[in-house]
Amino acid sequence: MKIFVCIKQVPDTETKIKVAADQNGIDTTGIKWVLNPYDEFAVEEAVKFKEKNPTAQVWAITAGPKTRAVESLRTALAMGADEAIVVNADEKLDAISTAKALAAAIKAEGGAHLIFTGKLAIDNNQSSVPQMVAEFLQIPHTSVVSKFENQGESVLVERDVEGGAKEVVQMMNPSLIAANKGLNMPRYASLPGIMKAKKKVVKEVELSALGVAATDAKVKYVSYSLPAEKPPVKLLSGDASAQAAELIKLLRDEAKVL
Amino acid sequence: MSKILVFAEFQNGKLKRSSQELLQFAAKSGHTVLGFALGTQAGTANAELAHHGAQEIHFSKDASFDMYNPELFTAAASEAITKTGATIVLASASSTAKDLFPRVAAKLNAGVISDGTEITVSGDDVKVKKPLYAGKCFAMGTFENAPVKIVLMRANQLPVAPADTAKTAPATEHTFAAPSLKTIIKNIVKGTSEKLDLTEANIIVSGGRGLKEAGNFKLLHDLADVLGATVGASRAVVDAGWVPHSMQVGQTGKTVAPSLYIAAGVSGAIQHLAGMSGSKVIVAINNDPNAPIFQKATYGIVGDALEILPKLTEEFKKALHH
Repeated sequence: MKIFVCIKQVPDTETKIKVAADQNGIDTTGIKWVLNPYDEFAVEEAVKFKEKNPTAQVWAITAGPKTRAVESLRTALAMGADEAIVVNADEKLDAISTAKALAAAIKAEGGAHLIFTGKLAIDNNQSSVPQMVAEFLQIPHTSVVSKFENQGESVLVERDVEGGAKEVVQMMNPSLIAANKGLNMPRYASLPGIMKAKKKVVKEVELSALGVAATDAKVKYVSYSLPAEKPPVKLLSGDASAQAAELIKLLRDEAKVL
Repeated sequence: MSKILVFAEFQNGKLKRSSQELLQFAAKSGHTVLGFALGTQAGTANAELAHHGAQEIHFSKDASFDMYNPELFTAAASEAITKTGATIVLASASSTAKDLFPRVAAKLNAGVISDGTEITVSGDDVKVKKPLYAGKCFAMGTFENAPVKIVLMRANQLPVAPADTAKTAPATEHTFAAPSLKTIIKNIVKGTSEKLDLTEANIIVSGGRGLKEAGNFKLLHDLADVLGATVGASRAVVDAGWVPHSMQVGQTGKTVAPSLYIAAGVSGAIQHLAGMSGSKVIVAINNDPNAPIFQKATYGIVGDALEILPKLTEEFKKALHH
Protein backbone atom coordinates (compact mmCIF):
# COMPACT_ATOMS: atom_id res chain seq x y z
CA MET A 1 0.00 0.00 0.00
CA LYS A 2 1.72 3.15 -1.23
CA ILE A 3 1.14 6.51 0.41
CA PHE A 4 2.51 9.40 -1.64
CA VAL A 5 3.43 12.79 -0.26
CA CYS A 6 3.89 15.55 -2.84
CA ILE A 7 6.25 18.19 -1.52
CA LYS A 8 8.04 21.34 -2.63
CA GLN A 9 11.09 23.22 -1.60
CA VAL A 10 10.54 26.95 -1.06
CA PRO A 11 12.59 29.93 0.10
CA ASP A 12 12.56 30.25 3.88
CA THR A 13 10.12 32.93 5.07
CA GLU A 14 12.94 34.91 6.64
CA THR A 15 14.86 35.04 3.35
CA LYS A 16 15.17 38.40 1.67
CA ILE A 17 13.74 38.23 -1.85
CA LYS A 18 15.58 40.03 -4.65
CA VAL A 19 14.34 40.33 -8.22
CA ALA A 20 16.58 38.80 -10.92
CA ALA A 21 18.28 41.16 -13.36
CA ASP A 22 15.98 40.10 -16.24
CA GLN A 23 12.91 40.53 -13.98
CA ASN A 24 11.66 37.09 -15.03
CA GLY A 25 12.13 35.56 -11.62
CA ILE A 26 13.88 36.02 -8.32
CA ASP A 27 17.60 36.10 -7.74
CA THR A 28 18.23 32.74 -6.04
CA THR A 29 21.76 33.44 -4.85
CA GLY A 30 22.05 33.24 -1.09
CA ILE A 31 18.52 31.97 -0.59
CA LYS A 32 17.93 29.45 2.18
CA TRP A 33 15.58 26.71 0.97
CA VAL A 34 13.25 24.78 3.25
CA LEU A 35 10.45 22.25 3.00
CA ASN A 36 7.19 24.15 2.36
CA PRO A 37 5.59 24.53 5.85
CA TYR A 38 2.22 23.05 4.76
CA ASP A 39 4.03 20.03 3.31
CA GLU A 40 5.38 19.27 6.78
CA PHE A 41 1.79 18.59 7.88
CA ALA A 42 1.37 16.30 4.85
CA VAL A 43 4.56 14.33 5.61
CA GLU A 44 3.60 14.02 9.27
CA GLU A 45 0.12 12.70 8.46
CA ALA A 46 1.55 10.14 6.02
CA VAL A 47 4.10 8.94 8.56
CA LYS A 48 1.40 8.72 11.24
CA PHE A 49 -0.70 6.64 8.84
CA LYS A 50 2.24 4.28 8.30
CA GLU A 51 2.77 3.89 12.04
CA LYS A 52 -0.83 2.65 12.37
CA ASN A 53 -0.79 0.62 9.13
CA PRO A 54 2.41 -1.44 8.93
CA THR A 55 1.83 -2.49 5.30
CA ALA A 56 1.91 1.15 4.21
CA GLN A 57 5.00 2.64 2.60
CA VAL A 58 5.49 6.38 2.41
CA TRP A 59 6.86 7.77 -0.85
CA ALA A 60 7.90 11.41 -0.94
CA ILE A 61 7.93 13.01 -4.38
CA THR A 62 8.93 16.41 -5.71
CA ALA A 63 9.57 18.09 -9.07
CA GLY A 64 12.28 20.63 -9.70
CA PRO A 65 16.01 21.08 -10.36
CA LYS A 66 17.28 17.86 -8.76
CA THR A 67 20.43 18.99 -6.94
CA ARG A 68 18.39 21.48 -4.95
CA ALA A 69 14.93 19.86 -4.84
CA VAL A 70 16.38 16.64 -3.42
CA GLU A 71 16.99 18.45 -0.11
CA SER A 72 13.24 18.62 0.59
CA LEU A 73 13.11 14.85 0.03
CA ARG A 74 15.91 14.34 2.56
CA THR A 75 13.81 16.25 5.10
CA ALA A 76 10.79 14.01 4.38
CA LEU A 77 12.95 10.89 4.62
CA ALA A 78 14.39 12.09 7.92
CA MET A 79 10.85 12.54 9.24
CA GLY A 80 10.03 8.95 8.36
CA ALA A 81 9.28 8.60 4.64
CA ASP A 82 10.55 5.29 3.17
CA GLU A 83 11.28 6.17 -0.44
CA ALA A 84 11.83 9.33 -2.46
CA ILE A 85 11.48 10.36 -6.09
CA VAL A 86 12.66 13.54 -7.74
CA VAL A 87 11.26 14.54 -11.11
CA ASN A 88 14.20 16.40 -12.57
CA ALA A 89 13.08 19.64 -14.18
CA ASP A 90 15.33 22.62 -14.72
CA GLU A 91 12.72 24.37 -16.83
CA LYS A 92 10.19 26.57 -15.13
CA LEU A 93 7.15 24.47 -14.43
CA ASP A 94 3.76 26.01 -13.75
CA ALA A 95 1.04 24.35 -11.68
CA ILE A 96 -0.45 22.27 -14.49
CA SER A 97 2.85 20.94 -15.82
CA THR A 98 4.00 20.14 -12.27
CA ALA A 99 0.74 18.31 -11.56
CA LYS A 100 0.97 16.39 -14.84
CA ALA A 101 4.48 15.25 -13.98
CA LEU A 102 3.62 14.25 -10.40
CA ALA A 103 0.50 12.36 -11.49
CA ALA A 104 2.43 10.53 -14.22
CA ALA A 105 5.23 9.60 -11.80
CA ILE A 106 2.74 8.30 -9.21
CA LYS A 107 0.97 6.28 -11.92
CA ALA A 108 4.31 4.84 -13.08
CA GLU A 109 4.90 3.54 -9.54
CA GLY A 110 1.61 1.65 -9.63
CA GLY A 111 -0.58 4.38 -8.17
CA ALA A 112 -1.34 5.44 -4.62
CA HIS A 113 -3.69 4.35 -1.87
CA LEU A 114 -3.58 7.89 -0.47
CA ILE A 115 -1.84 11.09 -1.50
CA PHE A 116 -1.02 13.83 1.00
CA THR A 117 0.09 17.35 0.01
CA GLY A 118 0.21 20.78 1.63
CA LYS A 119 -2.75 23.00 0.78
CA LEU A 120 -0.44 25.46 -0.96
CA ALA A 121 3.22 26.34 -1.37
CA ILE A 122 4.19 29.63 0.23
CA ASP A 123 6.31 30.75 -2.74
CA ASN A 124 3.60 31.48 -5.29
CA ASN A 125 0.56 30.89 -3.11
CA GLN A 126 -1.32 29.29 -5.99
CA SER A 127 -2.99 26.27 -4.27
CA SER A 128 -3.55 24.44 -7.54
CA VAL A 129 -1.26 21.43 -7.82
CA PRO A 130 -3.14 19.16 -5.34
CA GLN A 131 -6.51 19.52 -7.09
CA MET A 132 -4.86 19.09 -10.49
CA VAL A 133 -3.01 15.93 -9.47
CA ALA A 134 -6.34 14.49 -8.26
CA GLU A 135 -8.04 15.36 -11.55
CA PHE A 136 -5.24 13.84 -13.63
CA LEU A 137 -5.46 10.64 -11.57
CA GLN A 138 -9.27 10.75 -11.57
CA ILE A 139 -9.47 10.45 -7.80
CA PRO A 140 -11.37 12.57 -5.25
CA HIS A 141 -9.62 15.30 -3.30
CA THR A 142 -10.28 17.56 -0.34
CA SER A 143 -8.18 20.66 0.27
CA VAL A 144 -7.53 22.73 3.41
CA VAL A 145 -7.89 19.66 5.63
CA SER A 146 -7.43 20.03 9.39
CA LYS A 147 -8.69 16.60 10.50
CA PHE A 148 -8.12 13.16 9.00
CA GLU A 149 -9.55 9.77 9.91
CA ASN A 150 -8.79 6.53 8.09
CA GLN A 151 -11.84 4.31 7.57
CA GLY A 152 -10.23 1.61 5.44
CA GLU A 153 -12.05 1.85 2.11
CA SER A 154 -12.63 5.54 2.65
CA VAL A 155 -11.34 8.51 4.65
CA LEU A 156 -13.26 11.06 6.70
CA VAL A 157 -11.78 14.56 6.69
CA GLU A 158 -12.64 18.07 7.82
CA ARG A 159 -12.08 20.98 5.48
CA ASP A 160 -11.77 24.55 6.79
CA VAL A 161 -13.87 27.10 4.92
CA GLU A 162 -14.86 30.76 5.44
CA GLY A 163 -15.97 32.10 8.80
CA GLY A 164 -14.47 29.23 10.80
CA ALA A 165 -16.96 26.74 9.31
CA LYS A 166 -15.92 23.15 8.58
CA GLU A 167 -17.12 20.74 5.92
CA VAL A 168 -17.11 17.09 6.94
CA VAL A 169 -16.23 15.06 3.85
CA GLN A 170 -16.00 11.35 3.14
CA MET A 171 -13.91 10.20 0.17
CA MET A 172 -13.57 6.75 -1.34
CA ASN A 173 -9.93 5.70 -1.69
CA PRO A 174 -7.67 6.28 -3.43
CA SER A 175 -8.02 9.94 -2.47
CA LEU A 176 -5.91 13.07 -2.10
CA ILE A 177 -5.74 15.17 1.05
CA ALA A 178 -4.27 18.70 1.00
CA ALA A 179 -3.25 19.65 4.52
CA ASN A 180 -3.96 22.85 6.44
CA LYS A 181 -2.32 23.97 9.67
CA GLY A 182 -4.01 22.25 12.59
CA LEU A 183 -3.97 18.78 11.02
CA ASN A 184 -1.14 17.69 13.32
CA MET A 185 2.11 18.79 14.91
CA PRO A 186 4.94 17.86 12.54
CA ARG A 187 7.73 15.98 14.28
CA TYR A 188 11.34 17.03 14.27
CA ALA A 189 13.60 14.66 12.40
CA SER A 190 15.59 12.45 14.77
CA LEU A 191 19.36 12.22 14.44
CA PRO A 192 19.25 8.55 13.32
CA GLY A 193 16.51 9.63 10.88
CA ILE A 194 18.73 12.32 9.43
CA MET A 195 21.67 9.89 9.12
CA LYS A 196 19.48 7.31 7.37
CA ALA A 197 18.01 9.96 5.05
CA LYS A 198 21.50 11.02 3.96
CA LYS A 199 22.37 7.52 2.80
CA LYS A 200 19.07 6.82 1.04
CA VAL A 201 19.19 6.59 -2.75
CA VAL A 202 16.67 9.01 -4.24
CA LYS A 203 15.07 7.77 -7.42
CA GLU A 204 15.46 10.18 -10.34
CA VAL A 205 12.98 10.51 -13.17
CA GLU A 206 13.37 12.84 -16.13
CA LEU A 207 10.45 15.09 -17.03
CA SER A 208 10.50 13.90 -20.64
CA ALA A 209 10.25 10.26 -19.54
CA LEU A 210 6.88 11.13 -18.02
CA GLY A 211 5.61 12.59 -21.27
CA VAL A 212 5.69 16.14 -19.93
CA ALA A 213 7.38 19.06 -21.65
CA ALA A 214 8.00 22.61 -20.48
CA THR A 215 5.61 23.66 -23.27
CA ASP A 216 2.76 22.06 -21.32
CA ALA A 217 2.88 25.12 -19.06
CA LYS A 218 -0.07 27.49 -19.41
CA VAL A 219 1.02 30.28 -17.11
CA LYS A 220 4.20 32.30 -17.12
CA TYR A 221 5.22 34.95 -14.60
CA VAL A 222 7.13 37.98 -15.87
CA SER A 223 7.93 41.54 -14.78
CA TYR A 224 8.82 40.67 -11.20
CA SER A 225 8.91 43.73 -8.98
CA LEU A 226 9.33 44.64 -5.35
CA PRO A 227 6.44 46.26 -3.48
CA ALA A 228 6.43 50.06 -3.51
CA GLU A 229 8.31 51.57 -0.59
CA LYS A 230 5.92 52.58 2.16
CA PRO A 231 6.24 56.14 3.46
CA PRO A 232 7.39 56.14 7.08
CA VAL A 233 4.75 55.62 9.75
CA LYS A 234 2.97 58.68 11.08
CA LEU A 235 3.18 58.42 14.87
CA LEU A 236 0.37 60.01 16.85
CA SER A 237 0.95 61.91 20.06
CA GLY A 238 -0.94 62.95 23.17
CA ASP A 239 -2.80 60.82 25.68
CA ALA A 240 -4.89 57.81 24.73
CA SER A 241 -8.06 59.86 24.11
CA ALA A 242 -6.24 62.43 22.00
CA GLN A 243 -4.53 59.71 19.94
CA ALA A 244 -7.82 57.93 19.37
CA ALA A 245 -9.51 61.15 18.23
CA GLU A 246 -6.62 62.06 15.93
CA LEU A 247 -6.53 58.59 14.40
CA ILE A 248 -10.21 58.73 13.51
CA LYS A 249 -9.75 62.16 11.94
CA LEU A 250 -6.83 60.88 9.83
CA LEU A 251 -8.67 57.73 8.76
CA ARG A 252 -11.66 59.79 7.69
CA ASP A 253 -10.08 62.89 6.18
CA GLU A 254 -6.63 61.80 5.01
CA ALA A 255 -6.79 58.04 4.32
CA LYS A 256 -10.53 58.16 3.52
CA VAL A 257 -11.18 54.59 4.59
CA LEU A 258 -14.16 55.20 6.90
CA MET B 1 -15.55 39.51 -29.09
CA SER B 2 -15.02 36.69 -26.61
CA LYS B 3 -17.07 35.45 -23.74
CA ILE B 4 -16.17 35.99 -20.09
CA LEU B 5 -17.83 33.66 -17.64
CA VAL B 6 -18.10 34.95 -14.08
CA PHE B 7 -18.65 32.40 -11.31
CA ALA B 8 -21.21 33.98 -8.95
CA GLU B 9 -21.15 33.25 -5.23
CA PHE B 10 -23.74 34.07 -2.60
CA GLN B 11 -23.93 34.65 1.11
CA ASN B 12 -27.27 34.67 2.94
CA GLY B 13 -29.06 34.76 -0.42
CA LYS B 14 -27.20 37.88 -1.64
CA LEU B 15 -24.60 38.11 -4.37
CA LYS B 16 -21.23 38.53 -2.68
CA ARG B 17 -19.40 41.82 -3.12
CA SER B 18 -16.48 39.95 -4.67
CA SER B 19 -18.80 38.60 -7.40
CA GLN B 20 -20.21 42.08 -7.99
CA GLU B 21 -16.66 43.35 -8.47
CA LEU B 22 -15.95 40.74 -11.13
CA LEU B 23 -19.23 41.17 -13.04
CA GLN B 24 -18.75 44.92 -13.15
CA PHE B 25 -15.13 44.56 -14.23
CA ALA B 26 -16.10 42.08 -16.97
CA ALA B 27 -18.85 44.42 -18.19
CA LYS B 28 -16.20 47.04 -18.98
CA SER B 29 -13.96 44.62 -20.92
CA GLY B 30 -15.82 44.78 -24.23
CA HIS B 31 -16.56 41.05 -24.09
CA THR B 32 -19.90 39.31 -23.56
CA VAL B 33 -20.43 38.71 -19.84
CA LEU B 34 -21.96 35.40 -18.77
CA GLY B 35 -23.10 35.05 -15.18
CA PHE B 36 -22.82 31.46 -13.93
CA ALA B 37 -24.51 30.32 -10.74
CA LEU B 38 -25.20 26.97 -9.07
CA GLY B 39 -27.58 25.94 -6.29
CA THR B 40 -31.08 26.87 -5.10
CA GLN B 41 -30.03 30.50 -4.66
CA ALA B 42 -29.10 30.64 -8.34
CA GLY B 43 -32.70 30.57 -9.51
CA THR B 44 -33.65 33.62 -7.47
CA ALA B 45 -30.52 35.69 -8.07
CA ASN B 46 -30.70 36.11 -11.84
CA ALA B 47 -31.93 39.70 -11.65
CA GLU B 48 -29.06 40.61 -9.32
CA LEU B 49 -26.50 39.17 -11.74
CA ALA B 50 -27.96 41.26 -14.55
CA HIS B 51 -27.93 44.41 -12.41
CA HIS B 52 -24.18 44.06 -12.00
CA GLY B 53 -23.44 43.46 -15.66
CA ALA B 54 -24.24 39.89 -16.73
CA GLN B 55 -25.61 39.87 -20.29
CA GLU B 56 -26.49 36.18 -20.26
CA ILE B 57 -27.12 34.00 -17.25
CA HIS B 58 -26.39 30.29 -17.12
CA PHE B 59 -27.54 28.48 -14.03
CA SER B 60 -28.73 25.31 -12.39
CA LYS B 61 -30.87 25.58 -9.27
CA ASP B 62 -30.46 21.88 -8.55
CA ALA B 63 -30.25 21.52 -4.76
CA SER B 64 -27.33 19.10 -5.11
CA PHE B 65 -25.20 22.23 -5.64
CA ASP B 66 -26.14 23.71 -2.25
CA MET B 67 -23.12 22.07 -0.67
CA TYR B 68 -19.79 22.33 -2.43
CA ASN B 69 -18.63 18.98 -3.80
CA PRO B 70 -15.41 19.25 -5.86
CA GLU B 71 -16.27 16.44 -8.28
CA LEU B 72 -19.83 17.63 -8.89
CA PHE B 73 -18.84 21.28 -9.33
CA THR B 74 -15.87 20.40 -11.56
CA ALA B 75 -18.15 18.53 -13.93
CA ALA B 76 -20.76 21.31 -14.02
CA ALA B 77 -18.32 24.22 -14.37
CA SER B 78 -16.32 22.44 -17.07
CA GLU B 79 -19.50 21.65 -19.00
CA ALA B 80 -20.73 25.24 -18.67
CA ILE B 81 -17.42 26.65 -19.94
CA THR B 82 -17.31 24.24 -22.88
CA LYS B 83 -20.99 24.63 -23.79
CA THR B 84 -21.01 28.42 -23.68
CA GLY B 85 -17.63 28.72 -25.40
CA ALA B 86 -16.29 31.06 -22.71
CA THR B 87 -12.53 31.63 -23.06
CA ILE B 88 -12.02 33.77 -19.98
CA VAL B 89 -13.31 32.73 -16.55
CA LEU B 90 -13.33 35.03 -13.53
CA ALA B 91 -13.98 34.00 -9.94
CA SER B 92 -13.14 35.25 -6.50
CA ALA B 93 -10.24 33.60 -4.63
CA SER B 94 -12.78 32.11 -2.20
CA SER B 95 -12.62 28.72 -0.45
CA THR B 96 -14.87 27.23 -3.11
CA ALA B 97 -13.33 28.79 -6.21
CA LYS B 98 -9.73 28.20 -5.10
CA ASP B 99 -10.55 24.53 -4.65
CA LEU B 100 -12.70 24.19 -7.76
CA PHE B 101 -10.99 26.00 -10.62
CA PRO B 102 -7.55 24.35 -10.53
CA ARG B 103 -9.37 21.04 -10.96
CA VAL B 104 -11.45 22.52 -13.79
CA ALA B 105 -8.22 23.82 -15.37
CA ALA B 106 -6.70 20.34 -15.28
CA LYS B 107 -9.83 18.89 -16.87
CA LEU B 108 -9.95 21.50 -19.66
CA ASN B 109 -6.17 21.84 -20.07
CA ALA B 110 -6.62 25.50 -19.18
CA GLY B 111 -4.42 28.01 -17.37
CA VAL B 112 -5.27 29.29 -13.90
CA ILE B 113 -3.83 32.18 -11.91
CA SER B 114 -5.08 32.58 -8.36
CA ASP B 115 -4.85 35.35 -5.78
CA GLY B 116 -4.73 38.17 -8.32
CA THR B 117 -4.64 41.72 -7.00
CA GLU B 118 -4.78 43.52 -10.37
CA ILE B 119 -6.15 42.38 -13.70
CA THR B 120 -6.20 43.78 -17.24
CA VAL B 121 -8.15 42.30 -20.12
CA SER B 122 -7.24 43.76 -23.48
CA GLY B 123 -8.86 41.85 -26.30
CA ASP B 124 -7.98 38.24 -25.59
CA ASP B 125 -4.85 39.21 -23.68
CA VAL B 126 -5.24 38.69 -19.94
CA LYS B 127 -2.63 39.84 -17.44
CA VAL B 128 -2.82 39.35 -13.70
CA LYS B 129 -0.61 40.88 -11.05
CA LYS B 130 -0.21 38.78 -7.93
CA PRO B 131 1.95 38.81 -4.82
CA LEU B 132 4.55 36.05 -4.53
CA TYR B 133 6.83 34.94 -1.69
CA ALA B 134 4.46 36.12 1.03
CA GLY B 135 4.03 39.55 -0.54
CA LYS B 136 7.77 40.18 -0.68
CA CYS B 137 7.52 40.64 -4.45
CA PHE B 138 4.97 40.87 -7.23
CA ALA B 139 4.87 39.33 -10.69
CA MET B 140 2.69 39.64 -13.75
CA GLY B 141 1.02 36.35 -14.64
CA THR B 142 0.44 35.79 -18.34
CA PHE B 143 -1.14 32.89 -20.22
CA GLU B 144 0.41 30.91 -23.05
CA ASN B 145 -1.22 28.16 -25.14
CA ALA B 146 -4.23 28.31 -22.84
CA PRO B 147 -7.54 27.79 -24.66
CA VAL B 148 -9.30 28.94 -21.49
CA LYS B 149 -7.82 31.50 -19.09
CA ILE B 150 -9.05 31.30 -15.50
CA VAL B 151 -8.36 34.10 -13.01
CA LEU B 152 -9.17 34.02 -9.30
CA MET B 153 -9.08 37.51 -7.84
CA ARG B 154 -8.73 38.45 -4.19
CA ALA B 155 -11.77 40.25 -2.78
CA ASN B 156 -11.84 44.06 -2.42
CA GLN B 157 -9.39 44.70 -5.27
CA LEU B 158 -11.85 46.13 -7.82
CA PRO B 159 -14.36 48.98 -7.48
CA VAL B 160 -18.10 48.38 -7.18
CA ALA B 161 -20.66 50.90 -8.46
CA PRO B 162 -24.30 50.80 -7.32
CA ALA B 163 -26.37 48.11 -9.07
CA ASP B 164 -28.24 49.22 -12.20
CA THR B 165 -31.67 47.77 -11.49
CA ALA B 166 -32.93 48.63 -14.99
CA LYS B 167 -30.70 45.98 -16.58
CA THR B 168 -32.05 42.56 -17.49
CA ALA B 169 -30.48 39.49 -19.11
CA PRO B 170 -31.82 36.29 -20.62
CA ALA B 171 -31.33 33.27 -18.34
CA THR B 172 -30.77 29.67 -19.42
CA GLU B 173 -31.35 26.87 -16.96
CA HIS B 174 -29.02 23.90 -17.48
CA THR B 175 -29.11 20.28 -16.44
CA PHE B 176 -25.50 19.25 -16.05
CA ALA B 177 -24.44 15.65 -16.45
CA ALA B 178 -23.78 14.25 -12.96
CA PRO B 179 -20.58 12.22 -12.61
CA SER B 180 -20.44 9.18 -10.35
CA LEU B 181 -19.21 10.68 -7.10
CA LYS B 182 -16.46 9.37 -4.86
CA THR B 183 -16.89 12.34 -2.53
CA ILE B 184 -19.75 12.71 -0.04
CA ILE B 185 -20.28 15.92 1.92
CA LYS B 186 -21.54 14.57 5.23
CA ASN B 187 -22.13 17.73 7.15
CA ILE B 188 -21.24 21.40 7.45
CA VAL B 189 -20.29 22.55 10.93
CA LYS B 190 -21.12 26.24 11.17
CA GLY B 191 -18.47 28.66 12.34
CA THR B 192 -18.95 30.74 15.45
CA SER B 193 -18.80 34.01 13.53
CA GLU B 194 -21.62 35.48 11.47
CA LYS B 195 -19.32 38.22 10.25
CA LEU B 196 -17.59 38.44 6.88
CA ASP B 197 -14.65 36.10 6.56
CA LEU B 198 -11.22 37.67 7.09
CA THR B 199 -10.40 37.15 3.40
CA GLU B 200 -13.42 39.24 2.39
CA ALA B 201 -13.52 41.81 5.18
CA ASN B 202 -13.06 45.47 4.33
CA ILE B 203 -11.97 46.33 7.88
CA ILE B 204 -10.03 44.01 10.20
CA VAL B 205 -9.02 44.53 13.81
CA SER B 206 -6.35 42.10 14.86
CA GLY B 207 -4.83 41.21 18.20
CA GLY B 208 -1.55 39.74 19.37
CA ARG B 209 0.31 38.90 22.52
CA GLY B 210 0.19 42.55 23.59
CA LEU B 211 -3.41 41.92 24.65
CA LYS B 212 -1.94 39.91 27.55
CA GLU B 213 -4.75 37.35 27.89
CA ALA B 214 -7.52 35.69 25.89
CA GLY B 215 -10.30 37.56 27.72
CA ASN B 216 -9.01 40.87 26.42
CA PHE B 217 -10.04 39.93 22.89
CA LYS B 218 -13.40 41.29 24.02
CA LEU B 219 -11.92 44.77 23.55
CA LEU B 220 -11.25 43.93 19.89
CA HIS B 221 -14.74 42.51 19.40
CA ASP B 222 -16.25 45.70 20.88
CA LEU B 223 -14.26 47.82 18.43
CA ALA B 224 -15.08 45.46 15.55
CA ASP B 225 -18.81 45.72 16.30
CA VAL B 226 -18.69 49.51 16.03
CA LEU B 227 -16.70 49.39 12.79
CA GLY B 228 -18.47 46.43 11.16
CA ALA B 229 -15.06 44.77 11.14
CA THR B 230 -13.89 41.16 11.38
CA VAL B 231 -11.51 40.14 14.17
CA GLY B 232 -8.16 38.54 13.35
CA ALA B 233 -5.21 37.35 15.40
CA SER B 234 -1.48 36.71 15.27
CA ARG B 235 0.01 33.24 15.19
CA ALA B 236 1.34 33.59 18.74
CA VAL B 237 -2.12 33.89 20.29
CA VAL B 238 -3.57 31.14 18.07
CA ASP B 239 -0.76 28.81 19.15
CA ALA B 240 -1.42 29.83 22.75
CA GLY B 241 -5.01 28.66 22.30
CA TRP B 242 -6.64 32.07 22.94
CA VAL B 243 -8.55 32.02 19.64
CA PRO B 244 -9.18 29.42 16.89
CA HIS B 245 -6.90 28.99 13.88
CA SER B 246 -9.64 30.31 11.56
CA MET B 247 -8.81 33.77 12.98
CA GLN B 248 -5.10 33.62 12.21
CA VAL B 249 -3.70 36.18 9.79
CA GLY B 250 -0.33 35.40 8.26
CA GLN B 251 1.74 32.78 6.56
CA THR B 252 0.10 29.70 8.03
CA GLY B 253 -3.20 31.53 8.42
CA LYS B 254 -5.15 33.78 6.09
CA THR B 255 -3.92 36.31 3.59
CA VAL B 256 -6.02 39.44 3.84
CA ALA B 257 -6.29 42.70 1.94
CA PRO B 258 -8.78 45.02 3.67
CA SER B 259 -9.01 48.80 3.26
CA LEU B 260 -8.19 49.20 6.95
CA TYR B 261 -6.18 46.85 9.16
CA ILE B 262 -5.81 47.73 12.82
CA ALA B 263 -3.13 45.67 14.60
CA ALA B 264 -3.30 45.89 18.38
CA GLY B 265 -0.50 44.37 20.41
CA VAL B 266 0.87 42.62 17.32
CA SER B 267 4.65 42.86 17.04
CA GLY B 268 4.68 42.17 13.30
CA ALA B 269 6.73 39.02 12.87
CA ILE B 270 7.51 38.40 9.20
CA GLN B 271 4.97 35.54 9.16
CA HIS B 272 2.24 37.98 10.20
CA LEU B 273 3.32 40.71 7.78
CA ALA B 274 3.17 38.10 5.01
CA GLY B 275 -0.56 37.85 5.50
CA MET B 276 -1.56 41.49 5.80
CA SER B 277 0.95 43.74 4.05
CA GLY B 278 -1.50 44.06 1.13
CA SER B 279 -3.86 46.09 3.34
CA LYS B 280 -4.44 49.63 2.08
CA VAL B 281 -4.13 51.43 5.41
CA ILE B 282 -2.46 49.85 8.43
CA VAL B 283 -2.77 51.14 11.98
CA ALA B 284 -0.34 49.75 14.54
CA ILE B 285 -0.83 49.99 18.28
CA ASN B 286 2.09 48.64 20.27
CA ASN B 287 3.97 49.68 23.37
CA ASP B 288 7.33 48.82 21.79
CA PRO B 289 8.34 51.64 19.42
CA ASN B 290 10.81 49.25 17.75
CA ALA B 291 8.20 46.61 16.89
CA PRO B 292 8.54 45.68 13.18
CA ILE B 293 4.81 46.33 12.63
CA PHE B 294 5.57 50.08 12.65
CA GLN B 295 7.67 49.67 9.49
CA LYS B 296 4.57 48.57 7.59
CA ALA B 297 2.10 50.87 9.31
CA THR B 298 0.51 54.01 7.89
CA TYR B 299 -0.38 55.32 11.35
CA GLY B 300 1.16 54.28 14.63
CA ILE B 301 0.28 54.66 18.27
CA VAL B 302 3.02 53.80 20.74
CA GLY B 303 1.10 52.74 23.80
CA ASP B 304 -0.74 50.03 25.66
CA ALA B 305 -3.37 48.41 23.43
CA LEU B 306 -5.50 47.63 26.48
CA GLU B 307 -5.73 51.32 27.24
CA ILE B 308 -6.07 52.57 23.63
CA LEU B 309 -8.69 50.08 22.36
CA PRO B 310 -11.58 51.20 24.62
CA LYS B 311 -10.81 54.83 23.76
CA LEU B 312 -10.89 54.00 20.05
CA THR B 313 -14.21 52.20 20.43
CA GLU B 314 -15.63 55.19 22.27
CA GLU B 315 -14.33 57.73 19.74
CA PHE B 316 -15.44 55.66 16.72
CA LYS B 317 -18.91 55.37 18.25
CA LYS B 318 -19.10 59.16 18.50
CA ALA B 319 -17.62 59.78 15.06
CA LEU B 320 -19.68 57.24 13.15
CA HIS B 321 -22.96 58.27 14.72
CA HIS B 322 -22.62 61.87 13.61
